[in-house]
Amino acid sequence: MKSNKELFAELDTFIEEKHNDPSELIAILHKAQGLFGYLPMNVQQFIADKLKINVSRVYGVVTFYSFFTMVPKGDNVINICLGTACFVRGANDLLARVEEILKIKNGETTPDGKFTLTTLRCVGACGLAPVMQINDKTYGNLKVDDIDGILSQY
Amino acid sequence: MLVNIKINGKDYQADSSLTILKVARRYHIHIPTLCYMFHEETNLEHKPASCRVCVVEVKGKRNLVPACATTVYEGMEVTTNSIKCIEYRKNIVELLLSNHPNDCVYCAKNNRCELQSLAAELGIRNVHYHGELSQKNEYKNIRGLMKNPAKCILCNRCTAVCREVQSIEAIVPTMRGFKTVISSPSKCITCGQCIQVCPTGALIQEDNTFQVEKLLADPTKFVVVNTAPAVRVSLGDEFNYPAGADVTKKMVASLRELGFDKVFDTNFGADLTIMEEATEFIERYKSGKNLPLITSCCPGWVKFIESFYPELLHLPSSCKSPTEMFGAIVKSYYAEKNHLDPKDIVVVSLMPCLAKKREAARTELSNDGYQNVDIVLTVKEYADLLKRRGIDLRELPDADFDHPLGESSGAGDIFGNTGGVIEAVARTASKWLSGEVKDVNFTQVRGLSGVREALVRVSDDISLSLCVCSGLKGARDVLEKIKRGEAHYDAIEIMACPGGCVNGGGQPIRQDMEQINVIRARQKGIYDIDKNKLVRISCDNEEIKELYHDYLIAPGSEKAHELLHTVFHDSSKA
Repeated sequence: MKSNKELFAELDTFIEEKHNDPSELIAILHKAQGLFGYLPMNVQQFIADKLKINVSRVYGVVTFYSFFTMVPKGDNVINICLGTACFVRGANDLLARVEEILKIKNGETTPDGKFTLTTLRCVGACGLAPVMQINDKTYGNLKVDDIDGILSQY
Repeated sequence: MLVNIKINGKDYQADSSLTILKVARRYHIHIPTLCYMFHEETNLEHKPASCRVCVVEVKGKRNLVPACATTVYEGMEVTTNSIKCIEYRKNIVELLLSNHPNDCVYCAKNNRCELQSLAAELGIRNVHYHGELSQKNEYKNIRGLMKNPAKCILCNRCTAVCREVQSIEAIVPTMRGFKTVISSPSKCITCGQCIQVCPTGALIQEDNTFQVEKLLADPTKFVVVNTAPAVRVSLGDEFNYPAGADVTKKMVASLRELGFDKVFDTNFGADLTIMEEATEFIERYKSGKNLPLITSCCPGWVKFIESFYPELLHLPSSCKSPTEMFGAIVKSYYAEKNHLDPKDIVVVSLMPCLAKKREAARTELSNDGYQNVDIVLTVKEYADLLKRRGIDLRELPDADFDHPLGESSGAGDIFGNTGGVIEAVARTASKWLSGEVKDVNFTQVRGLSGVREALVRVSDDISLSLCVCSGLKGARDVLEKIKRGEAHYDAIEIMACPGGCVNGGGQPIRQDMEQINVIRARQKGIYDIDKNKLVRISCDNEEIKELYHDYLIAPGSEKAHELLHTVFHDSSKA
């Protein structure tokens, strides 16, 4: 794994390739999130200094787009499909059960950093509804009672 | 290109580059607005068309259009007051009110709130929607700036001023949808320009009036007040005087009525600033080092250079601001002379400025463990305090400042205008360099635009290249030029607020968005005061001469440095 110093150096190179142009902010944020996994304040400050803009502008953009996150993702990312097919087959109950077990809300990460819980709209596996993905693995035809067993595998 | 349009059935001609709103205003046709702002002094037109209050009907268009953001065209037929328009507007404002706290009775902006007056104007007596508040209804005090996001209607006037006028972007919109909120300020210089344009109670200033009332009631305290030059031409606004009226004598009477032990003039401090700053300038000019000298009276500007240009911190004059100098002298020279213990003296500064509150708290602006200034009141607060006590300026007799520390030259008065400090420096420098000043009116440096340059002759063989900035966007441009080696001035005056202190962040809330005439009237008021003074040059002020003779010895002396000069800090990482 790269050290923080190396990550900042790589980000710096990328920003220079973009000629320190503030209009490239979103591309730079994408790059930064790719490198660090998330966008903590010190990374936002670094970008602001390089682009010679106030950090509040960077913060405004980061908080506007739901893709950007200021909290690190957990080791395992749970995605519950809330598309129409999954929803009518009880995806909401699955979500509630995961929230209950992990004691976090949708969009949050467990304090031990093990799980991040997010939702999405349709993974294109409606035949398997309701569907939950953990990392790259997809679980289909789920019932609320299946959740405990699945989570305990991680 | 001129086009023919109809508004409410009447024919008008207008340039096709203009919006419906601009044309309507030109012909005095009323269209209500809320998020719209024309910041005339900086020519900033803010028209996000987000509130939709200004919607009008245009013949042939299916939907109503926002008048602020729709340009006119040949044959356009506009109706501003159809039943449909009126119903829509009412509905829009009701929706705005549906998630707005309804604590108007004790809101600081009560009777000065644009949302409130709009609701009244539209005859809203009932809100048919009841939503939850998007944010918690509470104020957070950020160095004198009070922010309550629950009262914010997201017009973004504040963020526009911060970005376009001040080039800071201390505040920006964050999050999205219902959760959208104006961020907490980052690297805010507390100029207060955002407060001046906020239509509601979302951005207001801290209130220190009760603290002052307590001190006034304390018999062990010797409470002195000093009043900034720009206050005497704006305080009248709150008491139905015409804009720019000089109410100096009434203001002094009101301060005495309130019970201040002594009523002094910040202008005395301004003259003192000039003595020190002109000395410093001539030294730098002769040695050719650390030029241009940049004025340091404006605390918003000082915070700006500390936050954004720490590499240029050798350029501002080391002089404290006039009110801080004044405070230092009251607690030393004046205290000794009158056998007062500085611990019992309270210095209150009546200022047109929000940033002065934060300046007063700077630890380096103290001597012998006593802060030079203890409390700062803005014009807004002071007007509120007078009204609370039932004191009407108009009913008071005329009164004069106490002495010493109440005398000032016209050069002290003009500090309130952009260009005033540099003109005051030029007067004294000119007198010292050539022995006499033929004309004290260096009108080349006067005006209102954001950046002005002038070549000013101060003696037969010396002409100074001067620059004046008001509003920090222009100042930033000038500093960038200096960094690139493209600008060579001898001295620069920088004021954070556009127009200088006459348009400061502590002045009365602007009543309409076309403030430029108010600023011009105040500027004229100040230049008239200057014109009518017998003494026009700081170094001719007899009380200043006495102070140096009795106490400070000479400008730039060790004693003067100890009391009247300060240091700046790099706060770019803060």
